[in-house]
Amino acid sequence: MYDCLIIGCGITGAALAYELSRYELSVAVLEKENDVADGTTKANSAIIHAGYDPKPGTLMARLNVEGAALAKEICQKLDVPFQQIGSLVLAFDEADQKTIEKLYRQGKENGVPGLELLDREAVRSLEPNLSEEVVAALYAPSAGIVSPWEYALAMIETAVKNGVKLYRENRVESIERLSGGWRVTTNAGSYDTRTIFNAAGVHAADIHNLALPEGFQILPDRGQYYLLDKSEGTRVGHVIFQCPTKVGKGVLVSPTVHGNLIVGPNAEEIEDGEDTATTGSGLEFVKKMAMRSVPSVQFRDSIRNFAGVRAVSDQEDFIIGRASEGFYDLAGIKSPGLTAAPATAKYIAQLAGQNELTLKEKKEFTDSRRRVRFNELSTEEKNALIREDPRYGRVICRCETVTEGEIVASLHTPVPPCSVDGVKRRVNAGMGRCQGGFCGPRVLEIIAREMGISPKEVLQDKAGSYILMDETKTGGKNHG
Amino acid sequence: MVDLIVIGGGPAGLAAALAAHEQGLSDILIIERDRELGGILNQCIHNGFGLHYFKEELTGPEYAGRFIEKLEGSGIRVQLDTMVLDITPEREVHVVSREKGYEVLQAKTVLLSMGCRERTRGAIAIPGARPAGIYTAGAAQRYANMEGYMVGRRVVILGSGDIGLIMARRMTLEGAKVLACVELMPYSGGLNRNIVQCLQDYDIPLYLSHTIIDIRGRERVEQVVVAKVDENRRPVPGTEMTFDCDTILLSVGLIPENELSKRAGIILDRRTNGAVVYENMETSLPGVFACGNVVHVHDLVDFVTAESQRAGAAAARHVLEGPAKGEAIDVKTGGAASYTVPQKLRPENIGKTVDIFFRVNRILGESAIRVEDEAGNLLARYPRERMAPGEMEHFLLPKVLLEKAQGRSITVIAEENEAVK
Repeated sequence: MYDCLIIGCGITGAALAYELSRYELSVAVLEKENDVADGTTKANSAIIHAGYDPKPGTLMARLNVEGAALAKEICQKLDVPFQQIGSLVLAFDEADQKTIEKLYRQGKENGVPGLELLDREAVRSLEPNLSEEVVAALYAPSAGIVSPWEYALAMIETAVKNGVKLYRENRVESIERLSGGWRVTTNAGSYDTRTIFNAAGVHAADIHNLALPEGFQILPDRGQYYLLDKSEGTRVGHVIFQCPTKVGKGVLVSPTVHGNLIVGPNAEEIEDGEDTATTGSGLEFVKKMAMRSVPSVQFRDSIRNFAGVRAVSDQEDFIIGRASEGFYDLAGIKSPGLTAAPATAKYIAQLAGQNELTLKEKKEFTDSRRRVRFNELSTEEKNALIREDPRYGRVICRCETVTEGEIVASLHTPVPPCSVDGVKRRVNAGMGRCQGGFCGPRVLEIIAREMGISPKEVLQDKAGSYILMDETKTGGKNHG
Repeated sequence: MVDLIVIGGGPAGLAAALAAHEQGLSDILIIERDRELGGILNQCIHNGFGLHYFKEELTGPEYAGRFIEKLEGSGIRVQLDTMVLDITPEREVHVVSREKGYEVLQAKTVLLSMGCRERTRGAIAIPGARPAGIYTAGAAQRYANMEGYMVGRRVVILGSGDIGLIMARRMTLEGAKVLACVELMPYSGGLNRNIVQCLQDYDIPLYLSHTIIDIRGRERVEQVVVAKVDENRRPVPGTEMTFDCDTILLSVGLIPENELSKRAGIILDRRTNGAVVYENMETSLPGVFACGNVVHVHDLVDFVTAESQRAGAAAARHVLEGPAKGEAIDVKTGGAASYTVPQKLRPENIGKTVDIFFRVNRILGESAIRVEDEAGNLLARYPRERMAPGEMEHFLLPKVLLEKAQGRSITVIAEENEAVK
């Protein structure tokens, strides 16, 4: 019997696994997909929010501000790309000005450091490409940008290194109460545990309802995005928000840690929490709203569109707490859930520590992670690495300068990828302007070789997403 | 210091290196990122290459082979499996390879022949789900012709670029069902001969003025929704057609691969996405030349060869005789002409004639290309029966006419005859 079973390995599940792995506990994580961070975590704005948005006194406000501070620390320890670039909330008229003043007061109350209200000139000197219509802005220097999937990966990898068991392609089908715990049955097996931590994102209500009477509802809310080429990556230097509306924080324009520009999201309620399709009207809306903040964004330099689904609940605050004996919900994790994740994990671990669990720190805990980013090394370091392993001298992804050595290394990490997109999330191959047009076939070949499978078995992303279907009539290679 | 470093060993780089060698340059190095020379020609196993240049029909690998053979014994050095990471304005070339690690090579002249890449789904924002089964036509071609795999069985092709058309035939011959070729514009982007030989001969319908408005499928493509578009390229409600398919191939344009050029500070032309070049294919950086699809996307490799030979010869002259001289005049465009290559001319550096290439942005019937100077004087006029965006236009401008031009620019105008005053 496990001490803890976490259902869902998005950012919240990964952060909790990382937190619990500090203690002498047996921990397992169930993930329904073939990779971690494969739901909301991989498709959002990738922002570490400063914490002026949530209403003071809410759990959301507290976890946001604490999480932002923790994110910085964890990213440094676990080698996750993070940049504290600060954010601006733009005001276009008097009503907006009232809103940013309110956000300023809220932020102060929430304990957000360094907030400033800027007038028109101050804003323009910070961000010359903003619209002429901007009259003022709220500046939050503690806001940042992060690679959300690498953040989750780094935490789950570290957890696995510290003994946590990760079971992928395990979709929970039933949960029954045992004496002193639970039995969780999936499509692939059955797991007995003393405690359950429900971090199932858009499916959190379904998981809750398998074990307990109905408590809350998840109302999936989709947001669509543009990702633009690096040539647009310096269009702005801060996260540029508009004033929040009832449905969310509005359309933002921001650099990404990978050097691109991200633009989005809209907000639309949808039936199916897995429906991450984009729509013509949604993208059009995002484009129009973004140009209101930054009119000069060059959408002809778009390299990808995507959509993610917010796990919005019928309650205003996060639903984080002990739902029943040995059952904890971490649900309704909408924005700023990514920011809050490590604080959420600490909060819930402490809560469980007051109840079912004994939190005794491990004597030996590995709390570091490093990965080679060839592109960022000095010439001397590059040469030393290539001498040691010539595969670092072979560039596979030219847009992002990713070498064969990095791809092979990723396939041998504690949580290895099992698809071309899995490799992309770990080393950035295929993330650039040609979107894998050039490196895709080469990455596929490396995956097949390293995993000892046929190229036809290599997946694009989720289970069943096969890239190749048949052999040609000449069968196999015509060439080379 | 190397006399000439050629970046990219495809058709452009090969022709340029050989031309420079013929002009008397001896110390030439071709850097190729792949494991063999030939570039994209290696995956183009269909024939139709070389009709202009060799006056016979060759396959892509055969066409490349003719040039690769000539390298033998020429003394031209080739470094394969080597990626160029940076070029500086001082013509230092940063490269990395398994064998030699990270090196900085100094060149007297650099020739850019990196070719182009395919425009992707993200670049044109096709809405819908994002399952597996969506490929650029070139990636599907690589899988079929180099790796021996088919990417799908029931295919819809978006865009009527030449690679898409070629792949419609290739997939059909391999037993796949190509359900439709869908083109946003009211005309095809490919060569007429490919429309006939790759679509019509196999009864594959071509839907002009149509586009994909939705993609469905969770793991793999399951359906694609196509709709007619109006004159503003907006989908027309009520015209939707749904195709059950497992694969979408994109042939929606090619983009010259100029990341290295940008980093070197070379001035690019937003219309071509390639470098602004002079009459001898020299870029805004003295001693750095460019040719082939990295400058502007060509229809036929034969034309790439011709352009690259001029560029290679010019690089050799730069080393042997010194930099090109003379004041430059600009080549502007009018009417349906959407760009020109070259964009700048130094009359002093021109022999008897200069080659001007351009494309039109719409289909023209009986028409003419006019060249005017700044004062509006007609310098030259070239009649055409028809001009189409899918077929590159070319004319030779005699130096004697250029010397008559008043002002600092000439304008190339493409107009239908009715409009000619």
